[in-house]
Order: sequence, then structure tokens, then C-alpha cells
Amino acid sequence: MKKPVNPRDKRFKIAHREALIGAVLVIINFIWWYGFAYGLGSEKVENYTYIFGLPAWFFYSCIAGFIVMVILVALTVKFLFKDVPFEEEEGERK
Amino acid sequence: MNWGVIAPLVIFLLIIFAVGFWSHKFVLKSNSFLEEYFLGERQMGGFILAMTMVATYGSASSFIGGPGVAYTQGLGWVLLAMAQLATGYFTLMVLGKKFAIVARQYKAITLIDFLKERYQSKTVVLLSAASIIIFLFSSMTAQWIGGARLVESLTGLPYITALLIFAFSVLIFVIIGGFRAVALTDAVMGVVMFAGTLVLLIATIKAGGGIPKIISDLTAENPNLISPFGAERTLTPSYVSSFWILVGIGVVGLPQITVRAMSYKNSKAMHSAIIIGTIVVGFIMLGMHLIGVFARPVLPGVKIGDTVMPLLSMKVLPPYAAGIVLAAPMAAIMSTVNALLILVSSALVKDVYLNYMKPNASQSHVKKISFSVTAIIGIIVIIFSLSPPDLIIWLNLFSFGGLESVFIWPVIFGLYLAKGNKYGAIASMVLGMCSYIIFDRFYPNAFGMHTVVMPILISMIGFIVVSYASGTKIAK
Repeated sequence: MKKPVNPRDKRFKIAHREALIGAVLVIINFIWWYGFAYGLGSEKVENYTYIFGLPAWFFYSCIAGFIVMVILVALTVKFLFKDVPFEEEEGERK
Repeated sequence: MNWGVIAPLVIFLLIIFAVGFWSHKFVLKSNSFLEEYFLGERQMGGFILAMTMVATYGSASSFIGGPGVAYTQGLGWVLLAMAQLATGYFTLMVLGKKFAIVARQYKAITLIDFLKERYQSKTVVLLSAASIIIFLFSSMTAQWIGGARLVESLTGLPYITALLIFAFSVLIFVIIGGFRAVALTDAVMGVVMFAGTLVLLIATIKAGGGIPKIISDLTAENPNLISPFGAERTLTPSYVSSFWILVGIGVVGLPQITVRAMSYKNSKAMHSAIIIGTIVVGFIMLGMHLIGVFARPVLPGVKIGDTVMPLLSMKVLPPYAAGIVLAAPMAAIMSTVNALLILVSSALVKDVYLNYMKPNASQSHVKKISFSVTAIIGIIVIIFSLSPPDLIIWLNLFSFGGLESVFIWPVIFGLYLAKGNKYGAIASMVLGMCSYIIFDRFYPNAFGMHTVVMPILISMIGFIVVSYASGTKIAK
């Protein structure tokens, strides 16, 4: 038989925290992406500076931003995410 | 016919078939047919999980349509495409462990199973099944047509032959192999997509004479091409940013993606999938759209955006390498179609037929029904693709945003808002769908943002208000 979900399951505390981390990462990602793109990119094109041949706004926003996010995601998963069992019988039950 | 290009494509198809037949062994052996056929017995490891998410999400538009627009719009469109980087980690983190645990407790095999147990409402089930069947059916037809057009342009075969080749290749491995075949072939296809992007990017930069040369050629043609505002300066920051909702965080509401978030083995698989998925999706989106922009000096004067990618591959690569690279969009289309096919089939078999029409069906009856429903859907799609009805084309235009507006809040609040109830869910689904259609028809791009933004806000407010209002009434 299907058992009701126990809202006080300890694993849910971890899950809620991790979902929140996901939301925070998206906000960081967005600010980085938006800040560099429109902060540097709104200049006149004649005044652009270039990095590896690409306009600086594009390099920082899209390329560096991609690399920074990969590193951030990897670090968060490695240090902040916890292993939890998914199966019923191993879970905390009342 | 150009055999140099076709040979790698044929080899690619043979590998896909081999995977399908291998998976069929699991389908035959499994004790729990439904869980195996529609969810691969929740056995996906990290790499497969990451690849199946990326491949399902990456479709014709990432490889054909997107680079075509980037070709006309310049770097501004690459910026827009990078909003998709978030899908790599956000979906798995937010649905995350809670969804995996709850889905197991509910013994849910489909997204609708989850909603059914969470809200205990027949209306929710029927609304969800209807949205999935209608919208995914039409977007499947559109992808199918894209796949056939691609085969047509590569081989020179007539459209109908191309369509049949494409359709039967997909149908065979999906029908016999189920979800496991879909996920495993997705992993193969994800690798092909990644490699294709890498090879074509390098070849294009070389053909254009290096990045600084390409950028100065672009500036000479039209300086706006290297600004974030698009060739005609029409891409406003608010419009571009609103794509974070459509192709970034809204993806949490796409049923073909959410079902994958309950298919993995353990939390280790999820952790590594988050990292791999972010790298792969970021690289493919950045690479493919950048290729579109860089193609402009290499291949000037292309009129139809969709042809940029095939023409470019043929021009900058030797034939056999072009064949491998062109297997990438083919893989992208197939891996989207196969996911949709198995999902529509699960909605019909599991959510409608077994729930309400024949709950006590025997194992062998369920097997027969599942195989044949999948096959029949496939055949109907083929018939529609031969001469697509206008309705299908019209529905496909908003299948992505429409599904997001319908499902995002019932899923998210279902997991994280204890007060959420079936009235809230029904209100949110109906409001999401209707407001999407209304905005799309009468006021697209409201306030300079993509159409999807307002319906998602409206359905959120609807969910919360109705849940709390009906909650207090019941408490009295």
C-alpha cells in the first residue's frame, strides 16, 4: 500500500536547503550575465575592448560566466550537497 | 547522393538500433513492466541522466533554428541563448531530492502519477493528460517534420521517403526498448551533439581566419552584430532577460524534463548529473550559437536561417566529418522525439487507460497495450507529418510556454507548499493555459517581455490565492 508522505522526514530538510541553493545560484548567474553584458556592452561599439578577439562584454558575460558557473556548481555540489537514501524503508518514519 | 556524408549517418543509426534491441531484453525480463517501460526502473546513473536531460531539451531549434537566428542577429542572440545554462543545474536542484523521494513514496511512474497522488483529484489528472497529449503531440509532429527535412536535404531523397526513414528509425527503438532505450540512446546522441559542436566550432574559426579576423569582418559589415542588442538593435534587455523564464527556470515545468528527475538511481547520480549537465548544456548552447554568428563572414548571404548549419558543415569540413557533425542535429531531433513519444504513450496508457478505464488489467495485457499505443501514436504522427494540419502548426507554436504555464506551479508548489491543494492546482492550470493563449493571440510580448512571463505570474497568483481561500473555508 502507498504510505502517506511524512512531512517531518529529516531528508526533506536537506532537500529544501538544496532547492534554495539552486535558486540562489540562478540569481548569481543572472546578475553576472546581465551585469557584464549590458554594463560593458552598452558602450558604443567603437569603444569596445577585446579579449581573445571577442568583445569584452561577451567574453565576461558568456564565456567567463559559463566557466564561473561550472566552478560554482561543482563546488556547491561537492561541499554543500548531502547524500541521502531515496528508498522508503531507509527513511525516517514515525 | 553524397556517400561520404551519408555513411556516418548510417553507422549512427545502426548504433542506435543496437541500443534499442539491447534495452528490449530488460523490458522482457522486468518484473514490473510499467516501471521499466516508462521509467527504466529508476536505474539511471549520473552520466546517462545528464545526457538524457540535455538531449531531450536540446532539439531542432538548438542545432538548426537557433544558429540560423544567431547568423542574422549576431552576438546578442548568443547572449540570449546562454540563458539556457541555468537548465543544466536548476531543474535537478529545485525538483531535486524532494521530488525523487516523494515520487518513490507515491510509487509514481509519470508526472501525472505524482500530481494525482499529491492532489487526489481526477480533474487535475485529466487536465494534465489532455495538455500533455495535445501539446506534446503537436510539438512531436513539428520535430518529426524537421527531422525529415534534414534527411531530405542531406540525402536528396524525396520528403516522403525521408520522413519514413526518419520515423521508422525512431519508432522501432522506442516501441521495443521503452524509456531505457530512450535514455541510453540519448546518452549516445548527447555525445554526438557535444562532439559535433566542438568539431564544427574549430573548423569554422579556422575557415574564418581566427576569432579577431571574424569579429573585425562582422564589425565592418554591421557594428551592431557584435553588440548585445542584435543586428537592428531590437533585442532589448528586458526581452532578452525574459528568456530566463522561458528557456531557463520555466523548464522545471516541462513534463518530458520532470519525468527524468524521478528516473535516477541515487543521490550520487543526481550530483554528478548536475555538474555534467551544466558543462554539456552550456558548451552546446554557447558553441552552436557562436558557430551561427561566426558563419556569417565564412558563408555570406544565406537567406534561409535554417540552412546555415547544414551548408556551413558541408563547406568547412571534409565529407565524412560533415556527416558526423550533421548527425548532431539529427540526434537532437531524435532524442527529443523519442522522449515525447514515450511520454505521450505513458499519459494515454498509464494515466488515462489504467487509471480510469481498466484498472485491473493483467501484466500481459498492459504490455500489449503499451507497445501498440506507442506504435499507433507514432503512425498517427507520421500521417500528420505528411501534410501537417494548420492546427498542429499553431499548437506547436506555444507548446513549450503553454506546458510551462500549466505545470510549473502544480509541480513546484506541490512539492514545497504544504497548503497547496487541488483547487489551487486546477485554478493554476486553467489560468496558465487560458492566459497563455489569450496573451499569445492579443498581446504578445507584453511589457517588452516574452509571452510566457505574464501567464506564469498569473498562474502562480491563482494557485496561491485559491489554495489559501479554499483552505480556510474547509477549515471552518
